[in-house]
Amino acid sequence: MTAILNRIRTGLGPDMAGPGFALIAVLVVFSLASPQFFSRATFGSVAFQLPELGLLTLAMLLPVLTGGLNLAITFTANIAGLTVAWVLQQNGGADAGPFAFLLGALLGVGVGALSGVVMGLVIAYTRAHPILVSLSMMIFLRGLGEFLTRGGDVSGFPAFLQPLGHGSILGFPIPLLVFIGCVLIWHVLLTRMKLGFNTYMIGSNIEAARYSGVNTRKVLVLVYTLSGAMCAIAGIIMLARFNSVRVGHGESYLLITVLACFLGGVNPFGGFGRVIPVAVALVVLQLLSSGLNILGANQHLATAVWGILLITVMILRFAAGHFKSLKRKKG
Amino acid sequence: MTGRESAKGGQKPLLSLRNINMTFGGVKALKHVSFDVLPGDVHCLAGENGSGKSTLIKIITGVYRPQDGAVIEFDGQTYSHMSPVTAQNSGIQVIWQDLALFPEMTVAENITFQTLLGRWPRFVNYNGMREKAVKALARLGVTLDVDRPLKDYAIAQRQIVAIARALVGEAKLVFMDEPTASLTQSETDRLLDIVRTLSASGVAVVFVSHRLAEVLEISSRLTVLRDGALVGVYSTEGMTQSRITELMTGKTFDQTVRARDVSANPVVLEVEGLCRPGQFVDISFTVRRGETLGITGLLGAGRTELALSLFGMLKPWSGTVKLEGKPVHFASNRDAIAAGIAYLSEDRLSLGLIQPQSIADNLVIASLDKIAASGLLSDGRKRDLVAQWIADLGVKVGKQEDAISTLSGGNQQRIAIAKWLATDPKLLILDAPTVGVDVGARAGIFDIVAKLAQTGLAIILISDEVPEVYFNADRVLHMAKGRVVNQFLPADRSLAEIEAAVYA
Repeated sequence: MTAILNRIRTGLGPDMAGPGFALIAVLVVFSLASPQFFSRATFGSVAFQLPELGLLTLAMLLPVLTGGLNLAITFTANIAGLTVAWVLQQNGGADAGPFAFLLGALLGVGVGALSGVVMGLVIAYTRAHPILVSLSMMIFLRGLGEFLTRGGDVSGFPAFLQPLGHGSILGFPIPLLVFIGCVLIWHVLLTRMKLGFNTYMIGSNIEAARYSGVNTRKVLVLVYTLSGAMCAIAGIIMLARFNSVRVGHGESYLLITVLACFLGGVNPFGGFGRVIPVAVALVVLQLLSSGLNILGANQHLATAVWGILLITVMILRFAAGHFKSLKRKKG
Repeated sequence: MTGRESAKGGQKPLLSLRNINMTFGGVKALKHVSFDVLPGDVHCLAGENGSGKSTLIKIITGVYRPQDGAVIEFDGQTYSHMSPVTAQNSGIQVIWQDLALFPEMTVAENITFQTLLGRWPRFVNYNGMREKAVKALARLGVTLDVDRPLKDYAIAQRQIVAIARALVGEAKLVFMDEPTASLTQSETDRLLDIVRTLSASGVAVVFVSHRLAEVLEISSRLTVLRDGALVGVYSTEGMTQSRITELMTGKTFDQTVRARDVSANPVVLEVEGLCRPGQFVDISFTVRRGETLGITGLLGAGRTELALSLFGMLKPWSGTVKLEGKPVHFASNRDAIAAGIAYLSEDRLSLGLIQPQSIADNLVIASLDKIAASGLLSDGRKRDLVAQWIADLGVKVGKQEDAISTLSGGNQQRIAIAKWLATDPKLLILDAPTVGVDVGARAGIFDIVAKLAQTGLAIILISDEVPEVYFNADRVLHMAKGRVVNQFLPADRSLAEIEAAVYA
């Protein structure tokens, strides 16, 4: 039995233990507490809500791995959404064709990437702290967005966008498929590509990486560019789900994405962390809020429970590390 | 505080340890060790990494508790174990290699903060603090501006501040952990003078050092540990460096000059009139295929800056560099690596290797293209490549995925060398390759260097330890204040002659 467990553990990697355990705990507790928990409705709601937070978390993950942070993710998503909305409106609003949407989406991703390029260049060349740089970008984007929209909603999109937010293919919600696709891309990037390899190395020691011939500036710029592009994808999904764009949509996700990375075993100082455990951690967070919803708990209480969960995880991690070192001392 | 009357007197030891045993996770770190320090003694504790030196210090200072049966006598009192508080109150102080000071605080604050801990009333008396600090520095014969933040001072002065702090704590016994590791020769000489002053005033000093030359110069007695056991206690009179090495490692090393005549080989690197004002001027030399060129000189002679200029990380202002006859200009070290130049950093901990990351990743970082198949990195190729280098260079590792920081200094350095060999270099620059590497493992590193030279690799070996370049290089350049002041073949001169010139 322990042998099988060990094999599973080595197969999944040690960073899978935390999120995996949390996933099992959440499933067990809620299925005991409520017979309705194991239903299509629960998993349907999880599947539709997960992608927004999930895509933003992927956007946060890469900078965190380099030892940085991107605080501009939510407003980058909003601005990218606005770009799409603008292109659609220029081409007839509700009557715009798929080609207009495609053009808008490309432009939106371009705008998202551009915000990343700017941040990446500033961080790479001035060595300014990523928190300050991305905070400045966040304030700029928010102000710009509120100026352009006068603080209101932009809506009136063509009907064919509806399925992108609410439709399913073979029973799988389309936003979820987009998210899974992005998770796979990030997974390949981080485990199989030079850029991913160098991202980890920079996160642990940027000077030593430079001495080893890593083009650290290029890596930083690319990391923030990809982060910005991923924000744009999140922004487009949000546009389709709400059928509107509003500057400030998803703002409350910002810090949750950092915590989801941490829950997924990512080292907050950079250098270590994998995509799949982060994805599992996101599922846990979403199951938790949907489960509480079914139990009739208040939406705000769900947020409070997220906070408690994350604090518990930190204490358990500390205890696990302590226990390990005790065991080592005793031999 | 009790007086210091007991510190005077005959040959009764100030500190005496008997039957010290310590086990970590099944490994016996110390086996029946005994250790004595006389009052006012300058004593050296020598041994390779892992021989139990630091464990012993940590037992004396109360960080670890030895196994039952231990007897610790200090200044007339007997203990079964120490605690950090009793150790400090009874006058035992340690100056760790990293000094444990606060760079942002003033010199006075750094010197006196320990004496303020836990006193009542909890107010800070700044005048009293400054007075105490000035007095402690005066005892060492040093004047520093005690109001300046410590970060304004160089490492050598910071060390003096750490010693002054120990004095304010009424130290009777001071341990110094590798105190000269980052000092230049003249700074080291000054430190040794201060140690003599301390000893004359009745404070016993225990040196824990790798550098054997200083050990002989400063200490009157020597305790050697090997593999957690006491080898013996010796008088330093009549002791030689090679004898200490033998005692520490249990092996004999016959050091012979390895220099060969390679003047018929084609030139790989040709440097002419290279200048970077403030760092080095008018440097010209050549390195041939299969040649090991030694560059020696004191810290600050411009050796590392010269190496970084060849490696594309600094820009020379004037002069030419030709690689295999073609002039080269590097915009970054990536160009240099692509052209076939590799540079092993002198600072393995923060620049040479990425300590938290795995052995495998550290080895492949400079040659990722080799483990890529159609654009994607292959885990299988990586594992094979790493396994091959580990076997080739005889590195002792557990798993490839282990963090490189879990390896000993010597094994880390082999991985760092492998990292550069994997880039297929024509010229390998080794900057202080034996820093933090045990005496026993150093020979292994130089065996690798010799083998590489035989395969035709051109090597520049930089070291401030003259014997290293003397025995391992074919030709030696002596740099001082940014210039090449002398050039010679090891066979033509004696080691003592060259040492005298370099350390003058």
